[in-house]
Amino acid sequence: MTTEVKLQHYELMLIFTPILSEDEYKAAQQKYIDLVTNSGGIAGNANPWGMKSLAYPIQKKTTGLYFVLEFQAGTDFNTKLEVQINRDETVMRHMVTKLDKYAVIYNNRHRGAKAENKADATNELEPQPIETTNDLLENNSNEDNG
Amino acid sequence: MARQNDIKYLANTRIQNREKKYCRFKKMGIKYVDYKDAEFLKKFLNEQGKMLPRRISGNSLKFQRKVAHAIKKARQMALLPYVTDLLK
Repeated sequence: MTTEVKLQHYELMLIFTPILSEDEYKAAQQKYIDLVTNSGGIAGNANPWGMKSLAYPIQKKTTGLYFVLEFQAGTDFNTKLEVQINRDETVMRHMVTKLDKYAVIYNNRHRGAKAENKADATNELEPQPIETTNDLLENNSNEDNG
Repeated sequence: MARQNDIKYLANTRIQNREKKYCRFKKMGIKYVDYKDAEFLKKFLNEQGKMLPRRISGNSLKFQRKVAHAIKKARQMALLPYVTDLLK
């Protein structure tokens, strides 16, 4: 009898301190990707956003290095992950989100749109979900006037 | 009959012409509200960074709840501010 562990879709978002150098940032990303794969999970799309200004200061810092990782893992993995994150002093903030089926579709489509843009490399088209939201903005402004 | 005429003038005539609000998520077929897309979520905030009520945004209850969760996540990850002035 083989007990197959059912994998769930998750998304991890980390904010590293801006003090990290380029190599340290990459090493830190790799650390979490390895952590997922070593504990029987599947690391999906890794998306380092890089340096980004924070909406409010965290630990007296106004910028942070964002890192988003989609992964599939068993349900017992998140407690392990949290222990690792809490030990890691370079992580200022973290969040693990469970993705439902619509979220997985959304992320795949979003990534597909980005890949196309990179392939084009000339025109900086926004990914598709944002295009639709811009249409909505116009509708919204009309409503506010009314 | 005079009474009906009175009501006609007492009521705000603009109300009749106003377009009916609709849930943009239902209309556009958006099924997942992404907390990472801060620019999109800003459409549901006022200038102080407070969430707009359904009365104004027109969202259905289901999607208002999803938007609320997304905004709260974005705030935790410092993508959106908790309090501010002149957000837009």
